[in-house]
Amino acid sequence: MPGGITRGRAISAILLIAFAVLPLVAEATGQGYLTNIASRVMIYAIAALSLDLILGYGAMVSFGHAAFIGIGAYAVGISAEHNLWEGTLTIPMAMLAAGLFALVTGAISLRTRGVYFIMITLAFGQMAYYTASSLSAYGGDDGLTIWGRSEFLGNPVLEDDTALYFFVLACLALCWWFASRVVDSRFGRVIAGVRENRARMAAVGFDPYRHQLVAYVIAGMMAGLAGALLANHAEFVSPAYMSWQRSGDLIIMVVLGGMGSLYGAVLGAVAYLALEDVLAGFTEHWRVIFGPMLILIVLYARGGIARAFRREGRDG
Amino acid sequence: MTATLFAVQVLNGLQLGVLLFLVAAGLTLVFGVMDFINLAHGVQYMLGAYLAVTFYGLTGNFFATVILAMAAALVLGLVLEVLVFRHFYDRDHLDQVLATFGVILFLNEGVRIVWGSAPLSYPAPEILQGAIPVMDGFGYPVYRIALIVAGLICAVGLWLVVARTKVGMLIRAGAANPAMLSALGVNVRQLFMVVFGFGAMLAGFAGVMAGPIFSVEPGMGDGVLILAFVVIVIGGIGSIRGAFLAALIVGLVDTLGRSFMTDIFKLFLEPSAANQVGPAIASMLIYVLMAGVLFFRPTGLFPAPGRA
Repeated sequence: MPGGITRGRAISAILLIAFAVLPLVAEATGQGYLTNIASRVMIYAIAALSLDLILGYGAMVSFGHAAFIGIGAYAVGISAEHNLWEGTLTIPMAMLAAGLFALVTGAISLRTRGVYFIMITLAFGQMAYYTASSLSAYGGDDGLTIWGRSEFLGNPVLEDDTALYFFVLACLALCWWFASRVVDSRFGRVIAGVRENRARMAAVGFDPYRHQLVAYVIAGMMAGLAGALLANHAEFVSPAYMSWQRSGDLIIMVVLGGMGSLYGAVLGAVAYLALEDVLAGFTEHWRVIFGPMLILIVLYARGGIARAFRREGRDG
Repeated sequence: MTATLFAVQVLNGLQLGVLLFLVAAGLTLVFGVMDFINLAHGVQYMLGAYLAVTFYGLTGNFFATVILAMAAALVLGLVLEVLVFRHFYDRDHLDQVLATFGVILFLNEGVRIVWGSAPLSYPAPEILQGAIPVMDGFGYPVYRIALIVAGLICAVGLWLVVARTKVGMLIRAGAANPAMLSALGVNVRQLFMVVFGFGAMLAGFAGVMAGPIFSVEPGMGDGVLILAFVVIVIGGIGSIRGAFLAALIVGLVDTLGRSFMTDIFKLFLEPSAANQVGPAIASMLIYVLMAGVLFFRPTGLFPAPGRA
């Protein structure tokens, strides 16, 4: 559907430009704190993109996605604890560690279907959570404060919040581009094909298991990158990053934005965090409002925000 | 001394297993009969404990508290079914997961508003206080024994209902082939309300019984829910017998792992290293077990007949 793709590209471009000029506008209007919030939003957008790759395009309902973020974050945090600050080392390490976890847990989880897959990814997520909680050398339950941000070739460039912001933006743009390449590739079509009809894809000669596993690892690595960025942004890691509620939040972001559209995932992350911020402004008990809201969204607003941008009667 | 400790930990493991069974039984019945995945089952366990806090404050009698809290848990479960769950039976699992996740957010925060964030508690009944001597002056709390016994009675009762009554027959038929059951003219929706209310009551009962041992606090059901999922996955979805055996296995493996893993590692590691590795491995143990079971039997140890 060429029309849909162009529209998607236009929306993606607008979103990226909006992110790019945001610090300038924030500075000009004297609301510099917005830059800081937007960094966090973009980090979660990367995570949501990665989840959308497997959830939206592959219908793999991973309920342990926060574990990859946590593993990425801990890779940076633990390195820092051992005085390794070099981002050119720690960030690839974070992605590798998350990818390895995705490979092992994915190899087991993908042997199962449907609801078993949901429960197993949930259980593996909890496994990572409890493991982090029992790492007493690295803060255990209380988490680990990181006394600084990653350096690049010895330069502490990210110490500046604006520099970090643009670094995160660059990562987001890169992931977005990469994800769109994956989705449009033959590999991406096989993944979508397996979602629609597994048996037929297998009959045509593709190995569904292997394709899904590769997609799962790619998503895990991307989420690991988000975790590494999150550790740099917050200068803190804690097991709470991996709790199953966080995985639930990520699924909500993807569904809220519209599954199976990359800009939808990014919009979903923006909308979710903005909503959280606004509701939390009303009351500290914002979840009492958000819970029923979520139920109503699922009940009445399938397709998410991305649907509003699609032409009537078309589903692409 | 070590033998005593081992015996005590086995009892603790059984006690956790029994609690897990009470939660997992309702969860797996609902899923088996209705193909409905209810993440909010854990908060129903939590509600049971919170209701018990209130009823204990009103009556001061533990046994009255148990009955009142179970009745209230049943009513609240049915209210949830009418308000939320029944609108999602025909949706896919992802929608069910999200909707019940919304229920969790609401109820976890709701109890915080009503009862506050601080952990609460209520005492075990006087009759069940004290300890039974296990070995040379080492005692085991009577209440925990009572909990194991109550859980086992529940398990037997549940088995009798499922295996020997007409409702049980319908439940088994529903778990094996819901479409056929409904084609035969059984009102599956109505059956589900019964199953659902029953499950909510069991979870509530587990929460009430857990109150005097664990602290009653927001989110207390979340960890139990995940463990119940592990139990169900190991036991086989929709299978009560599988849930029972898997619950005992998970309870024992988890408890014994946490108590002895560090000592086992000390046999061949430096004590400081063992203190690091032991707890981490212990907390992973049941997930490793689950992965192992799934690797060899992707549908669990005792899958319900007809569901492969």
